[in-house]
Amino acid sequence: MNAPVSLPPLGSAAKPLRERGQHEVFCGLTSIMWLHRKMQDAFFLVVGSRTCAHLMQSAAGVMIFAEPRFATAIIDERDLAGLADIHEELDKVVDKLLARRPEIRLLVLVGSCPSEVIKLDLAKAADRLGGIHGPAVRFLHYSGSGIETTFTQGEDNFLAALVHELPSEPAGAAKSLIVAGALADVVEDQFRRIFDALGIGPVTFLPPRNSAALPHIGPQTRLLLAQPFLGEATKAMERRGARHLAAPFPLGEEGTTAWLLAAATEFGVDPERFAAITGPGRTRARMAVEKHRSVLDGKRIFFFPDSQLEPSMARFLYREAGCEILEIGTPFLHRHHVADEFALLPPDVFVSEGQDVDRQLDRCRAARPDLVVCGMGLANPLEAEGMATKWSIELVFTPVQGYEQAGDLAELFVRPFARREKLRVRV
Amino acid sequence: MQLTVWTYEGPPHVGAMRIAASMRGVHYVLHAPQGDTYADLLFTMIERRDTRPPVTYTTFQARDLGSDTAEIFKTACREAVERFRPDAVLVGASCTAELIQDNPGGLAKALDLDIPVIPLELPSYQKKENWGASETFYRLVRTFAPAPAARAETRAPGRICNILGPTALGFRHRDDIVEITRLVESLGIAVNVVAPLGADIADLALLPEAAFNIVLYPEIAGVAADWLARNHGQPSVTITPIGVGATETFIAAVATHAGLAPQDRPGAGSRLPWYSRSIDSTYLTGKRVFIFGDATHAIAAARIAAKELGFTVCGLGTYSREFARELRSAAAECGVEPLITDDHLEVEEAIIAAQPELVLGTQMERHVAKRLRIPCAVISSPVHVQDFPARYSPQMGYEGTNVIFDSWVHPLMMGLEEHLLGMFRDDFEFNDGAAPSHLAPVSPPVEREPVLQQATTLPASPSVTIEPPWADEAERELKKIPFFVRGKARRNTEKYALEQGLSIITVEDLYDAKAHYSR
Ligand code: SF4
Ligand code: SF4
Repeated sequence: MNAPVSLPPLGSAAKPLRERGQHEVFCGLTSIMWLHRKMQDAFFLVVGSRTCAHLMQSAAGVMIFAEPRFATAIIDERDLAGLADIHEELDKVVDKLLARRPEIRLLVLVGSCPSEVIKLDLAKAADRLGGIHGPAVRFLHYSGSGIETTFTQGEDNFLAALVHELPSEPAGAAKSLIVAGALADVVEDQFRRIFDALGIGPVTFLPPRNSAALPHIGPQTRLLLAQPFLGEATKAMERRGARHLAAPFPLGEEGTTAWLLAAATEFGVDPERFAAITGPGRTRARMAVEKHRSVLDGKRIFFFPDSQLEPSMARFLYREAGCEILEIGTPFLHRHHVADEFALLPPDVFVSEGQDVDRQLDRCRAARPDLVVCGMGLANPLEAEGMATKWSIELVFTPVQGYEQAGDLAELFVRPFARREKLRVRV
Repeated sequence: MQLTVWTYEGPPHVGAMRIAASMRGVHYVLHAPQGDTYADLLFTMIERRDTRPPVTYTTFQARDLGSDTAEIFKTACREAVERFRPDAVLVGASCTAELIQDNPGGLAKALDLDIPVIPLELPSYQKKENWGASETFYRLVRTFAPAPAARAETRAPGRICNILGPTALGFRHRDDIVEITRLVESLGIAVNVVAPLGADIADLALLPEAAFNIVLYPEIAGVAADWLARNHGQPSVTITPIGVGATETFIAAVATHAGLAPQDRPGAGSRLPWYSRSIDSTYLTGKRVFIFGDATHAIAAARIAAKELGFTVCGLGTYSREFARELRSAAAECGVEPLITDDHLEVEEAIIAAQPELVLGTQMERHVAKRLRIPCAVISSPVHVQDFPARYSPQMGYEGTNVIFDSWVHPLMMGLEEHLLGMFRDDFEFNDGAAPSHLAPVSPPVEREPVLQQATTLPASPSVTIEPPWADEAERELKKIPFFVRGKARRNTEKYALEQGLSIITVEDLYDAKAHYSR
């Protein structure tokens, strides 16, 4: 019998709808927003335009920090006129900065669209500046430009740059684990306690809280990704010999357990011990999510692309909260890294990669979802059209990973419904 | 290359967006990378707009460079026109697209669209947001209110005017137009067109029908108004009606341009003059106020502060370099050094050096003031979501003066409160660490002294003179002086001690200095 070859439908995980129109997403510079707080002795200097500076300010929304640990070196006309002295200009800016902030130990030069288009060589600049200010100050560079990266990819590029700085494993090193992807400190501490209890170790986190505390890396290193958007960083670590442990991401009870299990299996943790150690957390997580389930059950959710966390969020909402997923929009689909997520989602879930925002809005309006997860530029207009929305950026800025945060994660999605329920005023 | 942490103005294409978003039926196709779409949130979040700004970005990527970015522009432009059916389209480039030199104007022209196309040349590496807005508005006015073949004659006065300058994301522009329209109409003068906010291109075509123009906000409408004066013979009223005096001068000028005989001032008026005279306000006398913002609001604030509230202006500055001359003369009137800069760190240094008791500034100065624990009110863009309050709160006209009185004076202590503080400064509940009782607890009650000390020793302050140390007892006595004059007392005493060559400051020296400077 000749079974018809069935091709995956357009819009599925295997064959996502790829769109090339207006993308309504942040560029990679924006990940500095959390990186500069995560690594306390690092400073991020964007080499870019007034637009880049304005983006950093506007995306931060308010001037949260009197002196944030980032700044922009704004390229001006004179720099463009004679490319030769743009490097001197950059040196002067760095001098000024270091005089003002002598506590800086790691200065990260972040490339932008303009610096890339004019081919300003930041690698060379970092080398030269390292020669001048090293070893007290270390220099790194990466690109966060909007022509190369979206939002969270800035972190990916930063971590990839950091990987080159990691010392090599000492000879005869035991098996070790690197957890890659910036997590809130509180979440990091929770995971560390669990790994300790499981007897997995040594465990290090990348990025570390301090630039001097870089983990070593080599063939004995195992790599667990805390974030799905770390394609480049993973490649860089694999080149250094590390081995990636595939797993779903630690969102919700199920994701967290599967994620921990990937490490436990690799480190030969006894299944009973695993069950005993993770048991209480699993129960707490299930209970916390259960409280919100009545609100979320049966809700139809539409994701606009933003952080690459979308498939994992969708999986959590589908599996643990009973939601129906109408579209998973993601700026980039790292098939390999999210394969375990899609294994837990219905095979026909609609996936789109990249964006044509106007067409996607058409689809969204036609679908009339109960909740739209989208960026800050779209939320109020969609609310005005009567749709409940959730800012996707909150999912990045709120500690949501791990057992203890599973309830908080569900609550983030409940809030828009709860609010509408409470309000007795009409627009 | 310039090192910046925060900026007062965005790039010029954001200015152009503000014009597009102000108007009806105007769409902007912007050649830009994806990250530049952040600018949408200025409108949808900060201004809480319920629609997306009318902007289509091409969002080209690195892999498109060198091959088909021009094609991407054409597709985006064609599709935007088909989808949004605007009456006119602005085309331009952001900083990155400017470097790749695709020439959006030429590309759009080649598309042969059936609507007017206005190409914008906004040099991103030279100019900034307000300039971009001004240039865009000027281009639109030129295009849709074309110059007549013959040179325009000077207009006869008439009871019809245009109001120019209010825009999206403007500081209280939304409410200022309401207030000024009402004021002008109360004089029996009709408002022909308000632009750009709320206007469409048909309205721009009607501009020449008015006898004169009111330029509410010269940063944005000055250039267009000059052009209308040259080509349509329309004179302009350029007095910004912020404050009682300025509102009166404004009314007089408007009346003259409308050919009205001198007449009674319109009704209600302002509560500010009486509130300023009322006994509770005596405590405002000579309060040191530091002012920084766009030129229009900063200059107006200086006048109100000095003449209508009896403050002492101890600093005045602007980031609007285009209006440096105007600001310099305002500063000269106040007897202070003008501060013209777009480096907010420099502004911070100036605030620290001036030791003000009130800061009137932008969101940036609000932040500095919060850190230095100085009361502050925001008077100018760049704006923040809080600067779009739900209530009606204009800055212009008579109601504007009422709003200004309240919003500047509320962050301060009230009349008797200050004196009671002096009296009961050791009371554990009622002391100078406590915030004003009528204010929301924005800042926790902590000891102020360390902050002021820190403020005077920030590494940034350039003039490092070694002050003689304070004797313990003198230090304790200094603490008994109410905090709002304590900084000044410390400064004066140290200056005095330095002049006298003292090696240690005693209680005696503190009072000697007090006597010395009270002369
Ligand atoms: S897809 Fe995954 S496994 Fe393959 S190179 Fe990228 S990170 Fe490594
Ligand atoms: S998209 Fe490019 S030019 Fe725009 S803010 Fe991001 S890096 Fe800067």
